[in-house]
Amino acid sequence: MVEKLTFTHPLSKYLRVDRLPHIWCEGCGNGIVLNCFIRALDELGANLDELVVVSGIGCIGRIAGYVNVDSFHTTHGRAIAIATGIKLANPRLKVVVISGDGDLFAIGGNHFIHAARRNVNLTVICVNNFNYGMTGGQLGPTTPLDSITTTSPYGNVESPFNLAHLAASSGAVYVARWTAFHIHELTKSIKASLKRRGFTFIEVISPCPELYGRYNKMGRGVDMMNWLKRVSEVRHGCDPAKAEVSSSKIVVGEFVSVDKPTYDQLIYQLMERVKGGSSVEGGG
Amino acid sequence: MKKPTTFKAKLKIVEEFCKGCDYCIEFCPVDALKRSERPNLRGVCPPKLKDEGTCIACGLCERICPDLAICLER
Repeated sequence: MVEKLTFTHPLSKYLRVDRLPHIWCEGCGNGIVLNCFIRALDELGANLDELVVVSGIGCIGRIAGYVNVDSFHTTHGRAIAIATGIKLANPRLKVVVISGDGDLFAIGGNHFIHAARRNVNLTVICVNNFNYGMTGGQLGPTTPLDSITTTSPYGNVESPFNLAHLAASSGAVYVARWTAFHIHELTKSIKASLKRRGFTFIEVISPCPELYGRYNKMGRGVDMMNWLKRVSEVRHGCDPAKAEVSSSKIVVGEFVSVDKPTYDQLIYQLMERVKGGSSVEGGG
Repeated sequence: MKKPTTFKAKLKIVEEFCKGCDYCIEFCPVDALKRSERPNLRGVCPPKLKDEGTCIACGLCERICPDLAICLER
């Protein structure tokens, strides 16, 4: 018989406390992202009635069940597609997509590049743990070269995506990369991207000590965090094409910050213009 | 050297939430935490303060804890 755990946290109004403790492994960076996210909401004084969190499938997809806002745990890869629908149906809502690298860039890669191209007004936080954690540590689109995973037991020969470069070249207005070690910078970046209009993208390099770290003999979570601390190099304004992620160097910082008209602005302006120009009401 | 007294806050540790990742112990800037001797329901020993005066209430442990098991009561 397990007694009910009592939980009182100063930020418990942002959490579904009955769901805690969460299911993530010891040392997983997902918990740190959750922690930084609710702290960013608290520091901004965000209106929780106008905030929606959308997540896809994967370890970090569980975050939708832990934050105490309207949230959707969507089908695999379709987090951005559903978030786009939410944003267009009700542009007053602030829509945040928090999902993993496999969900956003493997199966959901098309949705990502097209949402960035259209500049849909979303905040996308991608937690990059270099593999598919939930299904057993398989090779993913961000697995670094020569890494061992369950589906690349002799080393990975596939070149990984540079997520920051992909987002910037697809048209994101704000691109940043941090690691789970950079808690203050990550919180600041989440706050900055929540305040901005347009497609904002934050990549968070997260330790996965149970699968990626174990297969690559990187030690416990603490050793992986010390590795992130050692190899990361802050370079604000760096060209995302040159912002590498490898076992010897991870370039972090805020890379892109530009202003562009957003998709929901443009589409509502278009609707106004078309309605104003003719007396016939459009269907739907 | 006189210890700073202006930053004081009470460190609260929700012991049953701790999964034993040791981030708080490893990254504490003043090395104020250590593992306790009594394991929780999961079988891991949660952190505790070495002694009351060392914590400077910087808040790093409450931000880096993946399990939301540490908070400062300011």
